[in-house]
Amino acid sequence: MLLSLSLFPPQASTNAAEVDALYLFLVALCSLTAFGVIAAMTFFAIRYRRRPGNEVGADIHGSTVLEIIWTAIPFVILMFVFAWGASLYFKLSRPPEDAMEVFVVGRQWMWKIQHMEGRREINTLHVPLGKPVKLTMTSEDVIHAFYVPAFRVKADVVPGRYTTLWFQPTQTGEFHLFCAEYCGTEHSRMGGSIIVMQPAEYEAWLAAAPGGGGLPSGGSASLTPVQLGKKLFTEKACATCHLPAPGGVGPVLVGIYGQQVELASGATVKVDEAYIRESILTPLAKVVKGFPPAMPTFGGQLTEEQVMSLIAYVKSLSDGAGSGAAVPAAPAASTPATLAPAN
Amino acid sequence: MQTSERKKPNYLNAEHTVASWLLTVDHKRIAILYLVSITLMFFIGGLMAGAIRTELLTPAGDLMSSDTYDKAFTLHGIVMVFFFLIPSIPATLGNFLVPLMIGAKDLAFPRLNLLSWYVYIVGATIGIVATVTGGLDTGWTLYTPYSTAYATTNVVLPAIGIFITGFSSILTGLNFIVTIHKMRAPGLTWFRLPLFIWAHYATSIVMVLATPVIAITVLMVVLDRGFGLGIFDPKAGGDPVLFQHLFWFYSHPAVYIMILPAMGVISEVIPCFSKKRIFGYNFIAASSLSIAVIGFFVWGHHLFTTPQSMYAAMAFSIISFAVAVPSAVKTFNWAATMYKGSITFEAPMIYAFGFMGLFLVGGLTGLFLGALGLDLHVHDTYFVVAHFHYIMVGGAIMAYMAGLHFWWPKITGKMYPEGPAKAAALIIFVGFNLTFFPQFLAGYAGMPRRYHYYPPEFQIFNVLSTAGASILGFGYLLPLCYLLWSLRHGREAGPNPWGATGLEWMIDSPPPPHNFDTTPVVNWEPYDYPAAHRDAAKDAVPEAASV
Ligand code: HEC
Ligand code: HEM
Ligand SMILES: [Cu+2]
Ligand SMILES: [Cu+2]
Repeated sequence: MLLSLSLFPPQASTNAAEVDALYLFLVALCSLTAFGVIAAMTFFAIRYRRRPGNEVGADIHGSTVLEIIWTAIPFVILMFVFAWGASLYFKLSRPPEDAMEVFVVGRQWMWKIQHMEGRREINTLHVPLGKPVKLTMTSEDVIHAFYVPAFRVKADVVPGRYTTLWFQPTQTGEFHLFCAEYCGTEHSRMGGSIIVMQPAEYEAWLAAAPGGGGLPSGGSASLTPVQLGKKLFTEKACATCHLPAPGGVGPVLVGIYGQQVELASGATVKVDEAYIRESILTPLAKVVKGFPPAMPTFGGQLTEEQVMSLIAYVKSLSDGAGSGAAVPAAPAASTPATLAPAN
Repeated sequence: MQTSERKKPNYLNAEHTVASWLLTVDHKRIAILYLVSITLMFFIGGLMAGAIRTELLTPAGDLMSSDTYDKAFTLHGIVMVFFFLIPSIPATLGNFLVPLMIGAKDLAFPRLNLLSWYVYIVGATIGIVATVTGGLDTGWTLYTPYSTAYATTNVVLPAIGIFITGFSSILTGLNFIVTIHKMRAPGLTWFRLPLFIWAHYATSIVMVLATPVIAITVLMVVLDRGFGLGIFDPKAGGDPVLFQHLFWFYSHPAVYIMILPAMGVISEVIPCFSKKRIFGYNFIAASSLSIAVIGFFVWGHHLFTTPQSMYAAMAFSIISFAVAVPSAVKTFNWAATMYKGSITFEAPMIYAFGFMGLFLVGGLTGLFLGALGLDLHVHDTYFVVAHFHYIMVGGAIMAYMAGLHFWWPKITGKMYPEGPAKAAALIIFVGFNLTFFPQFLAGYAGMPRRYHYYPPEFQIFNVLSTAGASILGFGYLLPLCYLLWSLRHGREAGPNPWGATGLEWMIDSPPPPHNFDTTPVVNWEPYDYPAAHRDAAKDAVPEAASV
């Protein structure tokens, strides 16, 4: 029992059980193969050892039939293993639509975590039991990797772009969070924990100290990402060009999230986090059709958290029909409730 | 032809001056130069491994600082991969044996061969001196942007060391390809070549095609770091993941540079000690080539957790499974070679058995890593560390030892002592498994690699592993001692102590400076064991050279 405990991390997500099943299948398959080959060799070594009467090996060149058999059978089995592994991967590549979103920023050597409801934490991630959680991650410096053995998931966290990771916890408790990509001196201590709570406890935890317990950053600590993004949208003068209705210098941002945009180059692109990020940091990379390349470059002027907040805000403009009207001027109306994913 | 006077000069005693060694163009002497240099490298790398394993005895980092630890595993990896394993079998046994096995007097370009050793020495010296004095802490994989923009250690010099050493691989590969094409003895058609030659031919192709890529990639790192080109720097519009593609485009084929020659050795040893033809010659030869070719298209399996497209990942996964098939085919053929053989158990055979066991485990665990959904869990954990050590240390070094023992009588003219050699093979096998098997378990349990500090629940695996490493280290010291001992005290070997086929066994041990007094004419098949053995049984020193 003790032994079996230590051979597997806790099985704490929907994915974990499926990965373990494939693992155990491969353990069985490979043990069988290894055992077969070793048994054959041992048998030959004993049976055909040199001794009087067996001074010379038989004159055998080979057997095409055997070669075909032991090429074809492994090939078929391996294709089966491929398909199994690929189907798991396929699921992990597609976060469910209703996943709860969390922003993660890695840096040497800490994980900064931002909940949509405003709460921030460092090196710890609280999540509710039973709900799919999607992390949108980036790094401020080198490549890191976000790894939770208990969920059997891992994804690189790369500077300059977003990667995502999702999981659905099935067990409450505290689980290891590791950095799995070597990132310098404190790499082995760039970790912390994932704390899975009952949904009610989680709600209480969120409410307990909104924005507290995290990075105090310019008095904005108590704002949710959407609120912070909204504030930045005015402060950074985005609002001067991006009006709520056509007529501004730049395109209207209301309702664009998830849509296809036509570019000046003729290509089309789907508006997702990565595209909005690119539009802000390197606007000239993809210019929207019918608009001048007039948007200033914000690369180097915004922190990763600020970019994420702006994205959260731009996304919130596509949340249901009403909110669009409120773009530049409305008071802090985008509350967590507006943003919170449909349950 | 070798019978008459016993005192004919051989390549070892023909000349004695230091210059005669350092300026030699004899492929056999160059092989010895390489042998000495890579042995030194192996023990430098081994020292670092010892430091790492000792540190990992306890979860806390109490023996050295994290920076020192990072430098230790970086130096270990760079020395073992670039300065030991890549040159190991090709530059020593390959250099020595390729001309002998094909009936040639030397390689096609003897001076180039000497140059390749000097290039290697210059590269390795720069690499080692830089890593020891300044230290490098990027890991052998040099991932960007850590290596280009963030590491405060000395990245440029070791990178230049790797860059330079690469050229020695390219030169060796080129030399082998031309030699094998152009210098085969009359009658030695492609399908009469020993499989050792096929393996080296395949390896050489990979060396020539892949090594320039790592050279350019390392150069890009140097330029990025030295002159801020920003190729891999997202702030300048570069792409840090591009580096990983370039790096693995070389380094995956490079793992075949390390394992293909090992497979060649095993293909010689098993038939000899089974006194039987190799089973499925054509299939083993073809599998070497297909591994070399397909091996160029699987690099993306090292990048399953990076943001590469899902479909790219699936393509890389399926091709990785496809490349596993030829390795499996080889394994089955080696096992089948023993069927109805007349098997003896001298040390080379024991090492070859060790290879079979460890290579099996290493190759089979590759399947776990190639399975996409599973790799997301075990990538960058100790599972990967265990996998590649099983193949590269368990497989490649076991085969190297098998080959070294097998051809030691040819190289030195002396027999190694059989008892200690068998004991060492067993000790290495046991020590190896104790060192690396627990790492599979630690990896699946979730222990990431390159961790100086680790959570206490992983300690049990690490204690076992460190215990194994001390046995393993002791095991590796044994051959050093008894092989050196045998130089003076070993029994005279004679031309063909194993009753082996192959042209190299038809000349004196050690071979004369120019290998063959008269060019042999080959009119027999490779691994002509039953026939050869029938002759050998009549005559202690086979007269096969009379052809
Ligand atoms: C000087 C006017 C100007 C300012 C200020 C400006 N933009 Fe833009 N923006 C544009 C123009 C013009 C385009 C269309 C051309 C292009 O794609 O570069 C655009 C495009 C975009 C797009 C892509 C829209 C689409 O439909 O695909 C996004 C997202 C965006 N801007 C966000 C922002 C944010 C966030 C800010 C503030 C940090 C900002 N912009 C500030 C002018 C501006
Ligand atoms: C036959 C000879 C093989 C050799 C020499 C070899 C060598 C290696 C090496 C050196 C690494 C790790 C490098 C690093 O990260 O530092 C590695 C990783 C890997 N190997 Fe192999 N391997 C072999 C066979 C296989 C097979 C048959 C497969 C799959 C079918 C495979 C799949 C993988 C994968 C997917 C990884 C990356 C794992 C990860 O980092 O997550 N290998 N191998
Ligand atoms: Cu890290
Ligand atoms: Cu690989």
